[in-house]
Amino acid sequence: MQLSTKHLLGIKDITTADISLILSTAQQFKEVLQRPVKKVPSLREVTIVNLFYENSTRTRMSFELAEKRLSADTINFTASASSVKKGETLLDTVNNILSMKVDMVVMRHSASGAPHFLAKHIPAAIINAGDGINEHPTQALLDAFSIKEKLQTLEGKKILLVGDIMHSRVALSNIYLLKKMGAELMVAGPPTLIPKYIAEALQVKVEYNLKKALEWCDVANVLRIQLERQNQVLFSSLREYNLAYGVTKKLLDGLKKEILIMHPGPINRGVEIDSDVADGHQSIILQQVENGVAVRMAVLYLLSGSKNS
Amino acid sequence: MKEILNHTDLQIQIASLANALLKKHPQLDDVVFVGIQQGGVVLADDIVAAIQLKQPDKKVQYGQLDITFYRDDIRKEILAPDTMHLPFSIENKNVVLIDDVLFTGRTIKAALDVLLDYGRPAKVELCVLVDRKEHRQFPIQADFSAIEMATDKSDKVKLIKDSDNNKHVVLMPKG
Repeated sequence: MQLSTKHLLGIKDITTADISLILSTAQQFKEVLQRPVKKVPSLREVTIVNLFYENSTRTRMSFELAEKRLSADTINFTASASSVKKGETLLDTVNNILSMKVDMVVMRHSASGAPHFLAKHIPAAIINAGDGINEHPTQALLDAFSIKEKLQTLEGKKILLVGDIMHSRVALSNIYLLKKMGAELMVAGPPTLIPKYIAEALQVKVEYNLKKALEWCDVANVLRIQLERQNQVLFSSLREYNLAYGVTKKLLDGLKKEILIMHPGPINRGVEIDSDVADGHQSIILQQVENGVAVRMAVLYLLSGSKNS
Repeated sequence: MKEILNHTDLQIQIASLANALLKKHPQLDDVVFVGIQQGGVVLADDIVAAIQLKQPDKKVQYGQLDITFYRDDIRKEILAPDTMHLPFSIENKNVVLIDDVLFTGRTIKAALDVLLDYGRPAKVELCVLVDRKEHRQFPIQADFSAIEMATDKSDKVKLIKDSDNNKHVVLMPKG
């Protein structure tokens, strides 16, 4: 069994069989990560560049650790400390890196579609680690893996995404993936942060009342306000946002059932989520981070067959 | 496809392998059995069940090992992994590796690599059903084997389970 794709650019372009294969392979890598020697020799002959044009903590460390656990050679590139500042174009930078015999590119960029552009022009396998407001496929895969680990299946589960849906690539990738795997989706947040035609375009429920949304769901994935991507004022203040859309302990305690709480990080405590919820027993935020390494190992492993030869 | 062992013959061979293993390790002290995915596990399930039947008071330690991530031809084709399950420590244990067919020795070499990532066993022994001795590419030999077979290098010899759950060893010539 193999992936239907040479790159992982987004969840939109991959099949349900691809998703199932990645998740089941990740399960085996999770076992590898429990061993005394948490490393396998699978990608010994593969060199990977982590190309980060945008800041990252979790994703970058998670990819780097995944690569090392697979015995790949890795090099890191940070745009702010590179010749990009001297005016080099994206394609020139990447072609220069590839001439040093690099096989795979993990890439984050603030421009939506940047990895798709690269995939058209270079022979290496490309993994999207987040492109602008488009997709963040490995985050959606690790979210799905974490939900499945807790609830056994995604089929028929009610998943809520709360917050800045408009600017969130995590939201879009999650919606594509969870819909493909048979889950029901709802988005909630202030009307200014929810795309106008999202219900029709992506077949998701829309709810502007957080309490009602939480009552509906089995899992709430809480998203950060992406202030860096908002070029106009979309809500009056963070304090007011917290009052209307912050997930609090009081709200959770008032629900009839216990739901799972997720967050892709970084958390803004006291804005979209309160500390006692983020650190509470319903939260699987740190499990998400842990699973991220296994899921990224699976993606890198399965795509390493299309290595540049 | 040619049948080498039918279900009944196979049961006889499995019983004799189980006897040979028990003779070598009568008390089963510090012995763990590890089947290699996938054919080795099909065989090991039966061998371990036969040993357990003869030693009902002892808990036979049994695990399954997958070599997918350790294959030396991994770049040729990326395969989906099978389950790996070693629910015990192998540190200072006598490990009996079980596989259906010993051919080039490359699978066993990879299995040894996997094992060493789990700990340092005192000793590793190899138990196989079919030994295709003349095609070995690594200096690896079986400690226990049921049958030796002269085959063509391009043949495939496999332990398979049919739809009625009966097991057979078959030889598939190339083409």
